[in-house]
Amino acid sequence: MSTHRPTSPPDEAMSLEQTPSSRVWSLGAQIDTDALAPGAYMKFDLPTIAKHALEGVRADFALKVKPGDVIAAGEGFGVGSSREQAAGVLVHLGLKAVIAPSYSGLFFRNAFNLGLLLLTCPRAQELKEGQQIKVMGSRVWLDEHQELPCEPIPEFLMEMVRLKGLVNVLKLRKK
Amino acid sequence: MTQASSSSSFSQDSTKAGGAHVAQTLAQKIIAKAAGVSSVRVGEVLNCAVDLAMFHDSSGPRRLEPMLRELDAKIWDPQKVVLVMDHYVPERDEDSKKILKITRDVAQQWKLPHVIDSQGICHVVLPERGHLKPGMFCVGGDSHSPTGGAFGCYMFGIGATEMLGVVVTGQIWIQVPRTIEMHWTGRLARGLMAKDMMLHMIAQRGLNGGEYQAIEFTGPTIQALSMRERMTLSNLSAEMGAQAGLVAADQVTLEYLREVGVQEKLLEGFEVWSSDMNSIQERHVFSASELAPQVAAPHSPANTKSVGAYSDVAVDIAYIGACTGAKLDDLRAAAEVLKGQRIHAGTRLMVAPASAKDQRIAQEEGVMQVLIDAGAQILPNSCGACAGYGASFEENMTVISSTARNFKARMGPASVQVYLGSPYTVAASAIRGKITDVREMLS
Repeated sequence: MSTHRPTSPPDEAMSLEQTPSSRVWSLGAQIDTDALAPGAYMKFDLPTIAKHALEGVRADFALKVKPGDVIAAGEGFGVGSSREQAAGVLVHLGLKAVIAPSYSGLFFRNAFNLGLLLLTCPRAQELKEGQQIKVMGSRVWLDEHQELPCEPIPEFLMEMVRLKGLVNVLKLRKK
Repeated sequence: MTQASSSSSFSQDSTKAGGAHVAQTLAQKIIAKAAGVSSVRVGEVLNCAVDLAMFHDSSGPRRLEPMLRELDAKIWDPQKVVLVMDHYVPERDEDSKKILKITRDVAQQWKLPHVIDSQGICHVVLPERGHLKPGMFCVGGDSHSPTGGAFGCYMFGIGATEMLGVVVTGQIWIQVPRTIEMHWTGRLARGLMAKDMMLHMIAQRGLNGGEYQAIEFTGPTIQALSMRERMTLSNLSAEMGAQAGLVAADQVTLEYLREVGVQEKLLEGFEVWSSDMNSIQERHVFSASELAPQVAAPHSPANTKSVGAYSDVAVDIAYIGACTGAKLDDLRAAAEVLKGQRIHAGTRLMVAPASAKDQRIAQEEGVMQVLIDAGAQILPNSCGACAGYGASFEENMTVISSTARNFKARMGPASVQVYLGSPYTVAASAIRGKITDVREMLS
């Protein structure tokens, strides 16, 4: 693990100490859109679909996940369909971020459009089920000294995370 | 803010754009035109003007209308929008009725000039109605939108919120992709199709092996394929995780476009829409003549082997459907195998032709009658069981399907086992009641 601390003040208002911890939900590789938002429930609204999120992978996920938790997964998170409910259910359930080595490109766009932070991290699978970590801005901290390196995210995408999605970005632009 | 990691998927390629002419791929040329610049670098993030936006009853009005209202915004250019009803048709319950009603009401309210209702699957009816031409930059509210790449368009799938951004602004951001060339030589054996080629490529590169870059299909094997077969390649680029799957336009493309009524003057200078020499960043070479029929086992299209590996698998249902596997060429392939045959007593064969037009041509050719005589049940021209939104398969069924995706619980309950193959393979398997090498039946 790299041991350097942030040298400049973080761009977020909160310090690392003030940032609440996030519980890690550890999932495998190639978690697909049909697992995140099963087709049989697609005709219903987001809260209903969210109750069935990942039920084929982790039966207790939707029931036990708490706002502020994070998912750590393997390669190819979000492969498959363009249905943005796949990202929408994670926003609805209050996930703070997904951390994975790679994402489906389509899911990547959908997630940021809904304000969901996706962190690209080659070592995501070192994170253990139930582990407590801190996500601050686009950086992941294992404790106050150790950072888990993630790839940088362009400012316009971080802006979408801060504003909670493209709809709010468009609203702001209209003003 | 310093970054912990130096490697970035958003870092720019070292290629310099300073020279008089920078070799450009087909993908780069289309993106450059859409961005209003003369050339683009791989990795660059640009805003592009959208030539056409397509969405359907699931991703379209029911999601867009409330957001447009919230924004108090209008569609930037209704002429550039195509709406297709294909996911929830025909209505089978109160929920799907409601979705279709919203879709049809909104189509009127927005005064959309291009609405294709219950005539087939969006990716197939879009080119059928002459909406696609080489060099266009298009988005679709569906993951199989790369299908448009078969016509030399840069077309990719986006979600509903991003579609909102497009219909409000007429623009979308894109990161200029690398182009991965898939070069095919040799002739496919009888009983093999684009579906087999694509399953083979997906198995080799994996579900995300396209890395959200552009794929370009080239070589004599590709040039010999019909437009509908090329569409199957572009369509399944989505299953490889590519953003787009392109085939440069040639005489086969022009012939198709003339037939669907695209004006001759709109096709002038189409040769521009091809990759410059030495512009492509990565190349893979394949031999068609060595290929055996390919089958993907549950629950991933990347879980593919030659058909022989699964020859003992008994099937309850043989399904020919979807934008991937029920176009005219697919129906013809099935009929070639099923002519004068009956399906196995323990197996159901269902055929959902991808468009009303393809079904009509198949009808005129006698293809539909061959399928019916063999025992096939003909289903409506819609996404049907493939999306798993409406009719889906029952518990514990084993299915051989010509569709695109066999994810767990996509086409029915989690207990359903879906194998993917070409329509040839599906038809041959329907006759024997187990997964079958079609070459044994076509000799």
